[in-house]
Amino acid sequence: MLTKEKPAPASPEKAKTISGAEAVILALLEENVETVFGYPGGAIMPVYDALYDYTDKLRHVLVRHEQGGIHAGQGYARASGKVGVVFATSGPGATNLVTGLADAQIDSTPLVCITGQVFAHLLGTDAFQETDILNITTPVTKWNYQVTDASEIPEVLAKAFYIAKSGRPGPVLIDITKNAQLQPFEFTGYKPCKHIRSYRPKPHVRQEYIAQAAELINQAKKPFILWGQGVMLGSAEKDFRAFVEKSGIPAAWTIMGAGALPTDHPQNVGMLGMHGNYGPNVLTNECDVLIAIGMRFDDRVTGRLDKYARQAKIIHLDIDPTEIGKNVPVTVPVWGDCKETLPLLTELVEAQEHREWLQQFRTYNNKEIEVVIQDELFPTTEEMTMGEVMQQLNELTSGDAIVVTDVGQHQMVACRYAKLNHTRSNITSGGLGTMGFALPAAIGAKFGAPGRTVVAVIGDGGFQMNLQELGTIMQSGVEVKMLILNNRFLGMVRQWQELFHERRYSFVDITSPDFVKVASGYGISGRSVSQRDELSSALREMLSHKGSYLLEVMVTKENNVFPMVPQGCSVSEIRLK
Amino acid sequence: MNSETHTEKQEFNITVYTENHIGLLNRVAIIFSRRKINVESLNSSPSEIEGIHRFNIVINETAEVVRKIAGQLEKQVEVLKVYFNTNHDVIWQEMALYKVPTDVIAERAIVERLLRENGARAVVIRKDYTVFETTGQREETDNLVRVLQPYGLIEFVRSARIAIIKASDGFHRKLQEFEQSEPGDEVVENAYLNSREKVFTM
Repeated sequence: MLTKEKPAPASPEKAKTISGAEAVILALLEENVETVFGYPGGAIMPVYDALYDYTDKLRHVLVRHEQGGIHAGQGYARASGKVGVVFATSGPGATNLVTGLADAQIDSTPLVCITGQVFAHLLGTDAFQETDILNITTPVTKWNYQVTDASEIPEVLAKAFYIAKSGRPGPVLIDITKNAQLQPFEFTGYKPCKHIRSYRPKPHVRQEYIAQAAELINQAKKPFILWGQGVMLGSAEKDFRAFVEKSGIPAAWTIMGAGALPTDHPQNVGMLGMHGNYGPNVLTNECDVLIAIGMRFDDRVTGRLDKYARQAKIIHLDIDPTEIGKNVPVTVPVWGDCKETLPLLTELVEAQEHREWLQQFRTYNNKEIEVVIQDELFPTTEEMTMGEVMQQLNELTSGDAIVVTDVGQHQMVACRYAKLNHTRSNITSGGLGTMGFALPAAIGAKFGAPGRTVVAVIGDGGFQMNLQELGTIMQSGVEVKMLILNNRFLGMVRQWQELFHERRYSFVDITSPDFVKVASGYGISGRSVSQRDELSSALREMLSHKGSYLLEVMVTKENNVFPMVPQGCSVSEIRLK
Repeated sequence: MNSETHTEKQEFNITVYTENHIGLLNRVAIIFSRRKINVESLNSSPSEIEGIHRFNIVINETAEVVRKIAGQLEKQVEVLKVYFNTNHDVIWQEMALYKVPTDVIAERAIVERLLRENGARAVVIRKDYTVFETTGQREETDNLVRVLQPYGLIEFVRSARIAIIKASDGFHRKLQEFEQSEPGDEVVENAYLNSREKVFTM
């Protein structure tokens, strides 16, 4: 158990001399950081040396690769709602963070990454393990800064945490030269940052737009809600549910938004986008008012833009003004934090039911069940499908687990079929589509939500992209359930090759090691099943096992994920097969 | 603005008020390069307020694209405010320097007359060369290049554009607003970043 002692803010008289490295650790404690994911190295050694005296207050998880470290930080942030913190050394340690930074930037995940840097006097000399990490990471960070003097550290870290978590969250990288880490300075206490004059994370809500939005909603015959991760980032799940229930409007989700409203809520009509549900895609082009909440009209959601919801008036609620009108022309912009705007909107909307309109979604859903879902979840084929694995997992977890997914076919199947009762339960690499994300992100998620079961659903390709993190599981003892859906292909690319490249299967046939043996080498229990009659008992074993467990399920090789909106097509041209 | 000017490309003058921060030039520049937009001119200078920097950036784009670019610029943590204006809405000037052989000017009276007509002013006169300066708009500075070319123009250079917004009443009031605005009851003046003029280089 971590003890939390907050030192009283030091007054100037109580100023004490500490090193820059110790100031880093004190700043983390002031920001209530409990867990750091990291990997030591030459240029960050003073910080690790300072950490050595604080291991009773700050848990450090030693990862096996900095990319694993940052994805763990992301998983932690997404599961807990707190800022993920990552340490890495200079040069290759820092560049290994880049994929995770890009992932966190596009998926709005709050991170503070602290990298070591060579001595300030060596900057620009091509010193050992020197890299210009600030310029490398500028396009993929919300903010970054290089510290060359120890006295800057408290204020810069206060800014870093404030920027990472406020407004639209995002990753921040602070690069600290080794001399600044070693340098003693007069520490006069830590002041959290509350305001930066050049940074306005959220606006004052303009009531006139709320009124206009409410009027459109109240007059609408076929209104339709699309929600994204913004609902969770704003901690507005309850406000969102109140809005949905009072307005009676059907609501569909982007994969980043999954779980903000429980899967079995009667107004939850399913998933949007390329592999989303039939009704939500088709009816996007039939609704009269579209209410987008904390989502950004990604091309995987909209399909062909010039044929996307042209008939509808669009209301867009977002905290980031550059998202409003970026891809889709907006009738009423509601710029603000949905935690503030949703209650104001709920107040003004009339209680309605929209029964007939909801029924249209159900009719499409029945068609989808008949053509796609039935065969996917309850197949009569000899080989197992990914869908039936998810179906059985749902039954055993009752929808209470955190499901972390990697990228590809299994991700689409898991997101489509996972039952989610709670918010912050679906952790996936949405915007960047980073293979190798799930295993380290699941580790981070378990640290972020230790009371919950974490199941990482991963393909055979993605598992091999960061499988070194099994070492992190072994050493930290964190409990992660790994469910590998092995189709012996890079399935999503294969699907596209089948459908759009005349079955020219160019380098998608991937072999795998004996995953159970690999896990066993790390002291992790596991099992591989290929027969349907073993599936349920294997899943039970995985979930009831004390500690981490790897379950490999051999699924059919050439299954395709449907429905599908082919690239370049309109959402209403969605194909069921 | 009517829809025609919205979809037509034209010159826009983007004025960016920023904190004085190393690395911000890169953050600003990549917003254009990421979208494959050519920056015609970029100037960075102090503004009417001490410690606040001002970029003048010129691009040739549609109003729609410029509006989105301005939003992306303003989203950067150290950017205070972004304005964009057509040439009609700003007073703008560029400065140019021309180096010509002194003997040509001395020997040919016509050259001196041409320089005078184009409003050029001698900055340096040496035995071997003379440097002239003009300040004006693009056509004017370009015109003198054409004029001097036949007389052995040795070097020519033109500065980035600087522009004053006709309708602007300065940035003082806006800044006060920003310093006091929500969230947070107290205004944390970022003493450190603003006081470090000495490390600022562009």
